[in-house]
Amino acid sequence: MKLKTLTALVATTAICAPMAFAADMADEMTIVSWGGAYSKSQLKAYHEPYMEKTGVKIINDESSAEAVAKLRAMNEAGNVTWDVVDVVASDALRLCDEGLAMEIDPDEHLAAAPDGTSAEDDFGDMLVGDCFIPQIVYSTTFGYRTDLVGDTPPDDICDVFDLEAYPGKRSLEKRAINNMEWALLCDGVAKEDVYDVLGTEEGQEKALAKLDTIKDSVIWWSAGADTPQLLADGEVVMGSTYNGRLFSVIEEQNQPVAMLWDAQVFDLDGWIIPTGLSPERQARALDYIMFATDTQRLADQAKYISYGPARASSAPLVGQHAELGIDMAPHMPTDPNNAKNTFLYNYEFWADYRDDIEAKFQAWLAK
Amino acid sequence: MAILTPIQKQPLSFTLPVVAAAGAFAGIFVGAAQGSTLLGILIGAAIVAALGYVALQVLGDDQERMARWAYVALFAVAGFFFGGLPGVVVGAIFGWFFGWFTYWIGLGRYRAKLVPYLTPGQVLWHYAFRVICGAIFVFLITPIIVVMPLSFNAEDFFTFTPEMLRFDPEGYSLKHYRDFFTNDDWQQALWNSVRIAPAATILSVGFGTLAAIGLSQPHVPFRRAIMAILISPMIVPLIISAAGMYFFYSRIGLQGTYMGVVLAHAVLGIPFVIITVTATLVGFDRSLTRAAANMGADPVTTFFRVQMPLIMPGVISGALFAFITSFDEVVVVLFVGSAGQKTLPWQMFTGLREQISPTILAVATILVFISIALLTTVELLRRRSERLRGLSPG
Repeated sequence: MKLKTLTALVATTAICAPMAFAADMADEMTIVSWGGAYSKSQLKAYHEPYMEKTGVKIINDESSAEAVAKLRAMNEAGNVTWDVVDVVASDALRLCDEGLAMEIDPDEHLAAAPDGTSAEDDFGDMLVGDCFIPQIVYSTTFGYRTDLVGDTPPDDICDVFDLEAYPGKRSLEKRAINNMEWALLCDGVAKEDVYDVLGTEEGQEKALAKLDTIKDSVIWWSAGADTPQLLADGEVVMGSTYNGRLFSVIEEQNQPVAMLWDAQVFDLDGWIIPTGLSPERQARALDYIMFATDTQRLADQAKYISYGPARASSAPLVGQHAELGIDMAPHMPTDPNNAKNTFLYNYEFWADYRDDIEAKFQAWLAK
Repeated sequence: MAILTPIQKQPLSFTLPVVAAAGAFAGIFVGAAQGSTLLGILIGAAIVAALGYVALQVLGDDQERMARWAYVALFAVAGFFFGGLPGVVVGAIFGWFFGWFTYWIGLGRYRAKLVPYLTPGQVLWHYAFRVICGAIFVFLITPIIVVMPLSFNAEDFFTFTPEMLRFDPEGYSLKHYRDFFTNDDWQQALWNSVRIAPAATILSVGFGTLAAIGLSQPHVPFRRAIMAILISPMIVPLIISAAGMYFFYSRIGLQGTYMGVVLAHAVLGIPFVIITVTATLVGFDRSLTRAAANMGADPVTTFFRVQMPLIMPGVISGALFAFITSFDEVVVVLFVGSAGQKTLPWQMFTGLREQISPTILAVATILVFISIALLTTVELLRRRSERLRGLSPG
C-alpha cells in the first residue's frame, strides 16, 4: 500500500512539472517595482488597463530596492528575466552608464501630449538620463506628531536639529544623502552654496558635526515603512520619509501626524528597460512604457498616491483620491503651497561624491 | 503529593527581606515604566515588606483568606491608577502573586513538598533551577505570543493602540485576516508555497533515504567523503549556495521556474533526511534483510516490507524537517525563483521591508497554528503506529 502511495505522489509531481513549464511560456511580462501602496497605484493606473487592452499578463516583482545588484547578476548570467524596471533616477543613471539599461529616445518611443507638445518638451528637465523615463516626482520630507510638539508645531527644517524646542527622538534615513544637506542648511550655509561646501573636506566635517548634536536622539531607518510605523507608535516626534508614505499615514490611517514640507528634497522615479531582452520582449516593453507614461495615465496614478506626475501636461488632470474623494493637488509635493522652499537632488554631485561621503557617514555612524 | 516535611512559621527576619526582594524585582519594571528605576525598587520593596508584616504579624495566620483577597484588591486599585483597566488586570495578578508568595515564604510552605534532609542551599537551588527554566521558556515563547494579539489590530501598524489596551472591541478587527484571504498577492504566495514544499519534500525524502541506506553499507568506497558532500548544503552559508545555484540554474534554464525552486529546496532538505535516516539505521539489524532474502523476498520487497517500516520514524522526521526547510526558506528562493514563484516567506520579507502591515502578523499566527497542528498530528500518528506494532508500551 505504501508503494502505491509513493508511486502516486511521484506521478503527481511528474504531471505537475510540465504544467509549470507551460505557464512560463505564456504571454507574460515581469514588471519590477517597490511594492506596497506604490505598486498598488501602478496596478490600478497602468497594469490593469494595459492587461485589458493587450491581453498580456503582468507579473509584479517587488524588487526595486535591489534592482541594480540583481540586474548586474542577471546580465552576468545571461538570463534577464525582467521586462520593465521601476528605479529612482540615480540608480537609472548608474545602470545606463554600465550598459545595463537601454537608451530610449523620448520622441520616438513616448506618446506626445494631447495638445501636440512633443514628449521631450512635455517632460522637460525631468529627462535626466538617456535610459530613464520619469514617472513621478516624489519628495523626502518630514512628518511630525501633532500631539507631541506642544503649541508651536515645527515649520522650519532646522526644528529637526532643535532638541530644546522639540525634545524626543527623530528618525532619519541611514545614509548621507539629504541628511548632509539639511545639516549644512541648518548650520548657516546658504542654499545655493550647500553643494560647494559639501564638496570640501571641512564642509563634510561641518555637516557631521551638526548631525553630532542630535545623534543621540536619532533612530536611523532604512525602509520607507519605518518612519510611518515609528510615528504611529509615538516612538519619534518627527521623522523623514517619502511624502506618499506620510500622506497614507495622515489621510488613510488618520494618525495625529502633519507634514513639515520645508526643505523637502525632490527626486524622480521612473522606468528603465534592461538590455539583453529578445526583440519581441523589448518591443512589448517599449509598448508598455509608451502606454504607461502618456498624459492621462500619469495623471491617473495620482488618484491612488500623492506623488506628482512627471509630465507638465498631466498636472491639470490630477483629480481626486479614488477612495477618499479628497482633492489630491494640495497633497502633491509640487503644489505651490508645499514647494515654497525645496531642494532638488543634485545627481551630478552625488554621482561624483557618493562613495566617498557615504563611507565617511557610515564611519561616523559607527563611532 | 503528600507533605514530606513538617512546616513551621519562619521568623520575620527571614520572611520580610525575602518578600521585599521580590517586591523590589517587580518594582524595577513599574519604576522603569514610570521614569525612575531606583525609586521603583525602593518603593516596591517597602510596600511588599510592609504588607507582609501586616498580614503575618498583625492579622495573624487564621486571617489568610481575607488577607490574600486584600492583596488582590489593593494591587488592582493601585494598577488602576497607573494604567486604567489593563492596569487593574495586571495589578490583580501581581496582588494574587504577592499574597500567595508572602504566605508561602512566611509559613515555610516552600519546604512542604521537599525531602526533609535538604540544606537551605539545596532548597534555594531547587527553586532557582525551576525559575531559570521558566525564564528560558518565557524568553523563547514571548516573541511569538506577543505578535498574536497585534494581528487583530484595527489599525495598519505594529502598535498596541490605546483602544486595544483598554480591551475596547473597537480596537480589534479581523481585517488583516480578511486581507490575507482576499489579497491576490498573498493567495498566490500561499498557493506557490503549497505547490513547492510538498514536491521538494518528496524529492528530498526519496533521494535522502536511498542515499542514507546506500551509505550505511560497509562496502561503499569513500563513504565519509560522499556523506560530507551530501551534507554540505547544511553547512555552507545559505547565501553562497543560493548565489551558486543562481548562476548555474541560469545557464541551464532552470532559474525562475517552478522545477528550479523545487530542486533547490530538495537539495537543502536532503541533508536532514540523510541524518535522521542514518540515525535510525544504526539500530537496524541487518540479519533481518538476510532472513527476508532467505525466505524468497526480492530486494525491493524486502525494502518496502521489512526495512522501510522499521526506519519509518527517521524518514518521517526527516520529511518534516525537509518540508519546514522549504516552507520557511527565503534566501534561495529570492535567487532561484522569479516573481512567478513568490512563496509565503518571500512575500513576508518584501512586506516587512516595503510596508509594515499587520497582515504579516496574521499570516504568522496562522502559520504557527498550522505548524503546531502538523507536528501534533505526525507525533500522534507515530505513537499510534508504534503502539500498534508493540514497539512502545501504552
